[in-house]
Amino acid sequence: MIPAHWAAQGTAIPLTWNILQDVRQLFEFHFMVNAFRAGTVVAVAAGLLGWFMVLRAQSFAGHTLAVAGFPGAAGATLAGLNPAWGFFAFCGAGAAIIAAVPRARAGTQGAGFSEESAAIGTVQAVALALGFLFVSLYHGFLNGINALLFGTFLGITDAQVGVLVAVAAVIVLALAIGGRQLLFASVDPDVAEARGVPVTTLGVAFLLLLGFAAAEASQITGSLLVFALLVIPAATAQRLTARPAASIALSVVIAVAVTWLGLAAAYYSSYPIGFSVTTFGFAAYTLAQIATHRAGGRQA
Amino acid sequence: MNPLAGIAHMLGHPFVRYAFVAGSAVAVAAGLAGYFLVLRSQVFTADALSHVAVAGAMAALAFGVDARLGLFVATVAVALGMGLLGPRGRPDDVVIGSVFAWILGLGVLFLTLYTRSRSTSNSTAGVTVLFGSVFGLSRSHALAAAGISAGTVVVLLLIARPLLFATIDEEVARSRGLPVTALGLGFLALAGVTAAEATQVVGALLLLGLVAAPAGAAQRLTTRPFRAMWLSAVLALAAMWAGLALSYAAPKLPPSFAVIAIAAGFYLLAALGAELRPQRER
Repeated sequence: MIPAHWAAQGTAIPLTWNILQDVRQLFEFHFMVNAFRAGTVVAVAAGLLGWFMVLRAQSFAGHTLAVAGFPGAAGATLAGLNPAWGFFAFCGAGAAIIAAVPRARAGTQGAGFSEESAAIGTVQAVALALGFLFVSLYHGFLNGINALLFGTFLGITDAQVGVLVAVAAVIVLALAIGGRQLLFASVDPDVAEARGVPVTTLGVAFLLLLGFAAAEASQITGSLLVFALLVIPAATAQRLTARPAASIALSVVIAVAVTWLGLAAAYYSSYPIGFSVTTFGFAAYTLAQIATHRAGGRQA
Repeated sequence: MNPLAGIAHMLGHPFVRYAFVAGSAVAVAAGLAGYFLVLRSQVFTADALSHVAVAGAMAALAFGVDARLGLFVATVAVALGMGLLGPRGRPDDVVIGSVFAWILGLGVLFLTLYTRSRSTSNSTAGVTVLFGSVFGLSRSHALAAAGISAGTVVVLLLIARPLLFATIDEEVARSRGLPVTALGLGFLALAGVTAAEATQVVGALLLLGLVAAPAGAAQRLTTRPFRAMWLSAVLALAAMWAGLALSYAAPKLPPSFAVIAIAAGFYLLAALGAELRPQRER
């Protein structure tokens, strides 16, 4: 499937000025078609949940969940299982642990001790330490560590794409049902609670969904760079418009666009996907910052 | 077996001694800085710094400079940059997240450049940056790490009282004429130095544990600020010593894993203890 000489040497495929031909060449190999399929699915899930993550100011929790996939995949490999199960199991478990930590509500404690951040930080460090333990117990695996942490778009199978689509469908369905209430609970938890919205349950459910989205994205961008797909499109979208529906749609569009551009750049250059995806994302974010600044928009 | 003889035997190896020297100083610095990071709700900033450290070290390796230079430049510059970006030296989470996600992407680029320029498979250099190799420190590296960390500890202790005041009640501190913004910036720079030092001992990705867990545990155990600060440093030091010894006794366990696991264990015990204890003054 993958041209051996190309994968081995990492030499770039020539980019011509004929765009049609370039695009055709991009989809010449089946592995690249699968990479685009998987990348699109992952970007939609990350763009959606990332938007709520930014709204709820849970970036730190999101980053920790993103990282939790690494020990999962390493542990699954050590146990001889499919890494995908490890990603989902550990990201789900991480979500459950973080959900058990009391949320610091702004204002109630003032500038005092924030239990939440200390606990989340510890969970993250333990997750990464466990991942390192598993990797070092599994001899000869050390070269695969970079793919786990920083991602690879080579060799995604049809079965993997199937799993990604199924999980993404669950995420989209759950948001379609509970998205409106989640929005309400995120923007004004006190009023929402008074109106009978199950704020706590929604918070836990959201963390679980976020964990699953992170597990999905981990398989493409690697554990360390999932966070880029979660935070950057959402931050850019929320900067550009304040209307929720438009903002969510924009977040998804930016995530997908960044992923496509990143995949194409990684294909035509010899640089890693993690670099291209984060760079396109950050460029979009910077442009949005400059544009809103120029327009005299609201300042964050 | 006589435990004292075992410890003497362990410390008979130079590489273990260097690990203990560097590790102790770094642990105390991380424990103290961690206390303030947790108190100021800036653990996410430390998280960002740890990932920036990866990019800095990889860039230095790619350009063939001493990795420590890249570490310090990256962490301190980004710490100050984050302080200047945010209001009153406390930047927004989303800004931090977007910036460090991209910087980590740059780190990946440098890692690729580095491994490619060396032609032989040299991915272990990246692993060392990410997860540390405290038993691999040379004498000069260990002494330098210990010296810089000791300096950080001294400065932190000197500014501890005003920093605590500025953290707990910013408005009053400002009205009393304390340079609150400068203190915040100075503290972030110190946190950057600590992160760079800790990267060499427990690795960039795991230093967050050394910063967050002892501080979290200490704040669970006591509400008195200075007692909690010292307790945080002591717990970090204990985790470091126990982790190094455990990893020496069981070589299959990487030292950075052992240190973080024990630090997290302290936190868990402290949290459970606080839950089980009848509710008193909290």
